[in-house]
Amino acid sequence: MIFLSNLVNGISLGSIYAVIALGYTMVYGIAKMLNFAHGDVIMVGAYVAFCAMQYWGLPPAAALLIAMAVCTVLGITIESLAYRPLRQAASLAVLITAIGMSYLLQNLALLIWGANPKSFPSSMIVLPTLSLFGGGLTISGVTLVAILANLLIMLVLTTFINRTKMGKAMRCVSEDRGAAELMGINVNRTISATFAIGSALAAIAGVLLCSAYPVLMPTTGSMPGIKAFTAAVFGGIGSIPGAMIGGILLGVIEILGKAYISTELGDAIVFAVLIIVLLFRPTGLLGRQVREKV
Amino acid sequence: MSMLEINDIHVFYGAIHAIKGVSFRVEEHEIVTLIGANGAGKSTILNTVAGLLKPRSGQILFEGKNINSVPANRMVGLGMALCPEGRRIFQQMTVRENLEMGGYSRPAGEIDGSVADVFQRFPRLKEREKQIAGTLSGGEQQMLAMARALMSKPRLMMLDEPSMGLAPILVEQIFDIIRELHAAGTTILLVEQNAQMALSVADRAYVLETGTISMSGEAKALLEDDNVRKAYLGS
Repeated sequence: MIFLSNLVNGISLGSIYAVIALGYTMVYGIAKMLNFAHGDVIMVGAYVAFCAMQYWGLPPAAALLIAMAVCTVLGITIESLAYRPLRQAASLAVLITAIGMSYLLQNLALLIWGANPKSFPSSMIVLPTLSLFGGGLTISGVTLVAILANLLIMLVLTTFINRTKMGKAMRCVSEDRGAAELMGINVNRTISATFAIGSALAAIAGVLLCSAYPVLMPTTGSMPGIKAFTAAVFGGIGSIPGAMIGGILLGVIEILGKAYISTELGDAIVFAVLIIVLLFRPTGLLGRQVREKV
Repeated sequence: MSMLEINDIHVFYGAIHAIKGVSFRVEEHEIVTLIGANGAGKSTILNTVAGLLKPRSGQILFEGKNINSVPANRMVGLGMALCPEGRRIFQQMTVRENLEMGGYSRPAGEIDGSVADVFQRFPRLKEREKQIAGTLSGGEQQMLAMARALMSKPRLMMLDEPSMGLAPILVEQIFDIIRELHAAGTTILLVEQNAQMALSVADRAYVLETGTISMSGEAKALLEDDNVRKAYLGS
């Protein structure tokens, strides 16, 4: 029963990683860049939701929507100011810019909200705790919401990518930017939309993360950001189901590793598993082998 | 007014001066071909007309309008389409999705009808409608690339090396399709390394040598020209 409860906790944490990883993977898949500031957008989203509830007294749903709106605008702004001018530049330049953007966001947060950790309100998710097997297994409201939100987001995103005109344009840009332009697709606008979606997801992830682990500081987003990036690579970066599977596996491995092997080594175990997977499947679990046809 | 008029364009790849003052024109309902060796700049010219590259100087007029600064994604809306070198179909999308993307610039309500039209011309693609495009044979991929370009109903169709890498029987088929498109009223600008085939289908031709036009004239006349025969037709 303890194992089961660890497993549920792992899936819950993994679902949060998965939502973050979806943002990473979409931006990577379509804009072909690693947006290392993604973790910090999560932090901004969490702070905005925090302010909306704590200072402006707004209900949780409104706080979430405001956080999503702010992060969407932030994502589009970051893309157009920092990344778009580097569209033709070497990928290393873009990577360094993204890391710089990450520090910029952390320090801006430090300036605005200070270094003292804020305690994220527990009223964000008010679902009751589920008690199963006569109290042997309890599942908190946050856990349930995280898992359901992840499934829902993944479903909506997959439908969006496969069925809508904008989603299809994103797949074209992902495959061949030049050919996409020849079809009449505005590549800049498509990449902008990708950042908008990724950043809105980051806001959701930020709220979920801080509901589960209610300590909010300017560096709150970095470690989950890196772990979610790992999850995206684990599952096969660029792949939407890959991000979900990678995220959940990573969460489960982390929690089980902490429970049964060593609390201190939890993170090390996560990254060790990543290295092993990449040794045998360099493209990740669901990543596709790129094959050229002449 | 010519359908397409190129006046003294210069195109650079970084420091490399790839196109050095090229001028030519394509009249409505013509088939015009640019022939030349590998690296002469044929594809560079088509990519420049399509807006993927920008000329450093010179003018590109499409139906009398200067399109030098029009971004590539707006060209298709003006009535031209480029079927690019190497086909560049969307390998991970289905055949049908590729066609739908070809009609991206058109109203959603017209797409189904156009897909049906295109399938009539390319029955082979109809059979493969739901197949992932990357799994098609080379010839089918070329047909898909052409069909995708047709989805925008272009008045000017630019084809870049449509016969590349195809077996002779498929090359014949591709050129038959080019003739049919032409007969249906589409103006065609064709770039080819297969000079024999290109000259036999075209009305007029320009010979490109290291970024400049070295010769031009009626395609039939060039087909008989000794220099052209020696340099490009292997006899």
